[in-house]
Amino acid sequence: MSGLLELSASQAAASIARGELDAAELFDFYRERAARDETNAFTWVAGAAPETRSDGPLAGVPLAVKDLFATEGVPSQAGSRILEGYCPPYTATVVERLAAAGAPLLGKTNQDEFAMGSSNENSAFGPVLNPWDHRRVPGGSSGGSAAAVAGGLAPWAIGTDTGGSIRQPAALCGIVGCKPTYGAVSRYGMIAFASSLDQAGPLARDVSDAALLLSAMVGARDPRDSTSLDYPGAIALPTRVDLKGVRLGVPAELSGEGIEPGVLGVFEATLELARRLGASVEPCTLPHAGHALAAYYVLAPAECSSNLARFDGVRYGYRAPGASDLLSMYTRTRHDGFGAEVKRRIMLGTYALSSGYYDAYYGRAQRVRTKIAEDFAAAFERFDFVVTPTSPAVAFELGAKLADPLAMYLNDFCTVPASLAGIPAMSIPVGLAEPPGGGTPLPVGFQLIGPAFSESDMLGAAFALEQALGFDGSAVRS
Amino acid sequence: MSIDRETVLHVARLARLALSEEEVDAMTGELAGVLDHIATIGELDLEGVAPTTHVVAVENALRADEPAPSLPVARALESAPDVAEGGFAVPSPQA
Repeated sequence: MSGLLELSASQAAASIARGELDAAELFDFYRERAARDETNAFTWVAGAAPETRSDGPLAGVPLAVKDLFATEGVPSQAGSRILEGYCPPYTATVVERLAAAGAPLLGKTNQDEFAMGSSNENSAFGPVLNPWDHRRVPGGSSGGSAAAVAGGLAPWAIGTDTGGSIRQPAALCGIVGCKPTYGAVSRYGMIAFASSLDQAGPLARDVSDAALLLSAMVGARDPRDSTSLDYPGAIALPTRVDLKGVRLGVPAELSGEGIEPGVLGVFEATLELARRLGASVEPCTLPHAGHALAAYYVLAPAECSSNLARFDGVRYGYRAPGASDLLSMYTRTRHDGFGAEVKRRIMLGTYALSSGYYDAYYGRAQRVRTKIAEDFAAAFERFDFVVTPTSPAVAFELGAKLADPLAMYLNDFCTVPASLAGIPAMSIPVGLAEPPGGGTPLPVGFQLIGPAFSESDMLGAAFALEQALGFDGSAVRS
Repeated sequence: MSIDRETVLHVARLARLALSEEEVDAMTGELAGVLDHIATIGELDLEGVAPTTHVVAVENALRADEPAPSLPVARALESAPDVAEGGFAVPSPQA
């Protein structure tokens, strides 16, 4: 059956549409692979194929869904003990849309608890292992979705990205991941981390798959999410084979200091390839990008401390046993139910919002956010896309950064600026680099950042690069 | 940026979070490290810069006000740790 594994999701959809492949056979093939998962990528796998139309654009190609998307009657814990046993009474809009377009739910994927983390080690279900090297992390927080796609356990998947949680694991696992414009995809039914930043997007084997999946995620504004938008036009499936006339800007702030030499080498080789394909590549500047991470680690924890106030042991999930009064029931439930990183961010956010500190932290961070958006707006007057390495590091060893929160946060250094500006960004695999100190070469991601609603053009440019590169991740899908 | 145990305990009370002694100690050091990094935004001149309240300009996102059935009570209570008399049961605040 290795023939099925070789098909990309788009190719499988086309085969089903032509009547050459049976959607139920494809579902069973992936269901069995997902059930045999050795990377802890899945938290739940479907028992049988749900009834899904295979005449839609996604043609019945099964979908892996990050645990934090609410799925009716199916466990949805956002990787947290505090939602132990929770099966929501409703389904997230984007999962409903994808099912209606013909992508049945294959399983739920592991993640960092409430999407807080860059290594998928902060999960009540235990860490996910990188399919390229089981001693290393897959990145996070959508690490299960990335590992499932990279390991050939799912044809494609969806995840969420708050500060890099789609792009960074995509980079570390050698696949494509796209964070759309804020508001492009409904957040209804996504268990919230930081509402002004959270955005769902595709994780896929190649750019064409990412474009096809994204095309069914966006659309008309969702009346149940007041921040969702009518997407202008449709996502175009990519076809371009060169980069003639495409202007790429390389920000010095995000492409030098703090980035592993191996990653930088592959990044620079990719810029050279882009030039050969006809792109112009020039330095640009994002003067406030160096402060993006600091602003992000005020804003995201502040929003999380507010969003996670709802987990109190009253309506769903875990409740600490034996509390005799209401307040100790709350405080002990939250003590037992949340993991260390979630507690840290709740504390950080509560501190930043507390009386006397609000202006110095939250107020200032919201102003830094404005400056970062202005930096990008200025760059897009001269450039079509800003490009950077996606992650400053290749996949690191399990446990390597757990003891130092700040070292972990620095993984988001290149991805956070686009999140703060609400603009689309994606990562494509562009090569392999040895980790510091040597060892088996590991995937390197290349990030493209574009203006709001530039997804189709960005996917087109990424496709041209992908075709010229010929990155091959098939070795880890066996 | 220094942050003391008293502050950590105060913030934990605000956050409705019980912390063990070890967690208070660990949190005190870890938060100080992160707050040191965050303090770098204090270096910027942000005079006259408007705060971002929403990244994409949207005004008055309204939907049609159409009545629709709500979640049935039994469904809403299905995932609750404890229920009584058709509602969520909790320990008494005064106990």
